[in-house]
Amino acid sequence: MKAGNLKQILLITDGCSNQGENPAMVASLVAEQGITVNVIGILEDTQSEQPEGLEEVEDVAVNGRGVSQIVYQQALTQTVQTVTKQAMTETLQGVVNHELKHILGQETTIEELPPEQRGEVMEVVDELGETCSLEVLVLVDTSASMANKLLAVQEALIDLSISMNARMGDNRFAVYQFPGRKKPIQQLVDWTSRLDSISSIFSKISSGGITPTGPALKEAMYQFGKKSLRRRFRKDDLSNIEEA
Amino acid sequence: MISPTSKKPDVRLRKGQIIIGKWHKRQYQVIRLLGSGAIGTVYLCLYQNRKVALKMSIQSAAITSEVNVLKSFQAVQGHHLGPALIDVDDYVTSAGHHYAFYIMEYISGDTLTSFINQNGNQWLSPLLLGLVKDLEVLHKQGYVFGDLKLENLIVARNPAKLRWVDVGGTTWKGRAIKEYTEFYDRAYWGCGTRKADAGYDLFALAMVILRVYYPDGFARGQNPRKTLRQKIDQAVDIEPLKHLLKQLVDQTFHEAGQVHRFLLTHAMKRQTTRAKQVQPINEPLYPVVEMIGVLTVGAGYCLYLML
Ligand SMILES: Nc1ncnc2c1ncn2[C@@H]1O[C@H](COP(=O)(O)OP(=O)(O)OP(=O)(O)O)[C@@H](O)[C@H]1O
Repeated sequence: MKAGNLKQILLITDGCSNQGENPAMVASLVAEQGITVNVIGILEDTQSEQPEGLEEVEDVAVNGRGVSQIVYQQALTQTVQTVTKQAMTETLQGVVNHELKHILGQETTIEELPPEQRGEVMEVVDELGETCSLEVLVLVDTSASMANKLLAVQEALIDLSISMNARMGDNRFAVYQFPGRKKPIQQLVDWTSRLDSISSIFSKISSGGITPTGPALKEAMYQFGKKSLRRRFRKDDLSNIEEA
Repeated sequence: MISPTSKKPDVRLRKGQIIIGKWHKRQYQVIRLLGSGAIGTVYLCLYQNRKVALKMSIQSAAITSEVNVLKSFQAVQGHHLGPALIDVDDYVTSAGHHYAFYIMEYISGDTLTSFINQNGNQWLSPLLLGLVKDLEVLHKQGYVFGDLKLENLIVARNPAKLRWVDVGGTTWKGRAIKEYTEFYDRAYWGCGTRKADAGYDLFALAMVILRVYYPDGFARGQNPRKTLRQKIDQAVDIEPLKHLLKQLVDQTFHEAGQVHRFLLTHAMKRQTTRAKQVQPINEPLYPVVEMIGVLTVGAGYCLYLML
């Protein structure tokens, strides 16, 4: 059974954008291209769980049809893989809900089915989650305040690669930081199937107070390759779901 | 296309409250809370004068997955793999929110740590023998338990037997482990992958035993494998057990059957050593960090949010 190809941007930040287009608006644009935007906000150890400056996190993820979470850096590792998997499942459930509508001829979500049938449908979602290919572009805010968190980010990315590569489906990861020196974003790791062996990738940290999240997201979108943009789950991907 | 991460409120059931399923119309009366985790909340309930456990979650998909696993366990005759599944239904609140729940056999008993502290560590072998036997059956079915940890084990009484609850981590062999907890996770300790195989559970089993000796856990340090060996040497006072743990973390055993035979060989030997109480070693700083980890694994518990 062949599953589709899921695309995600994972934005990791510790503050609000302060330059360029509104990131929530850009995120909805990106989502329109079939790329989900997930956001993880990292709290300072001294910060309360009622964070200032992180209000944007949820807003961006909702508009990017993705998942968001705000955490202390100790929990970053588990959060990164949780958020990624959760977003995958949500996207796949969306696909399956869409398909259910076709089969049943009416607006029906998995949740509305009787428990017996729901079980069978969930198995399909599980199956797709295990076998689909996944592309994740990690976009890391490297403004000055992030300096003491970048080691944790790196560790979390290594762990993400371990988790995702335990699946049967293929994976591709790329890592970018923003802001770049002259451009909105700067490539740190080009598309690769494994991140297990990355080390000291965040060497150049910008010291200015600029966080152009919107422009960075927009630029990130273009790194998925022109031809794959605008392509979502196709009919033939969906027909495979029925076979399961 | 995708319904937004819906803002359905968390659900709390009150003592004495009566829950009627939307589909099957059975009635359950809430006696008390049994526990709650990242995925859901478990309540002790009364159904036709019988005690049962009800697990409800805001994450309908997670409930559905667990039900799938429990159903497939029922197929194994004469062997109780996990609690028996009794009913699956939805609870509709007065506000119209739907919450998926299932009803399972209530397993009463102690945690492994308190059982061992009360009865002595000579009980470890027989309890482990039973658990390893269950793992063997589970693995033969093509599954790996995944999230094996102290919190998911209950020592049921008469006869004393380790039973597992919470099958949320149960994964087909060869697939990515669905749910795990860092301290018990093979990949976290650099001792292997996160792909489901029998060895994954066997590693977690070793960590379960270690956790009895170190109730608050310990940090992984610069060299995680070395840390494990040191911790085993420092605390485990039963020679064969020490030997077993080292083999489990080194992943030299690939099948639960091998562990079973090892335990049998040593448990059956005439012992001259006297039984000792476990001396817990407390490392108070660690649990905070670990708790956060545990909370988030589940808080998102990956796969499943609302539909
Ligand atoms: N069948 C049962 N009989 C008795 N107690 C139970 C039963 N099922 C669960 N419990 C108790 O409820 C607690 C929480 O249940 P469970 O582990 O299933 O929840 P969870 O949300 O999946 O938690 P986790 O964070 O471990 O994934 C358990 O630790 C256990 O003490």
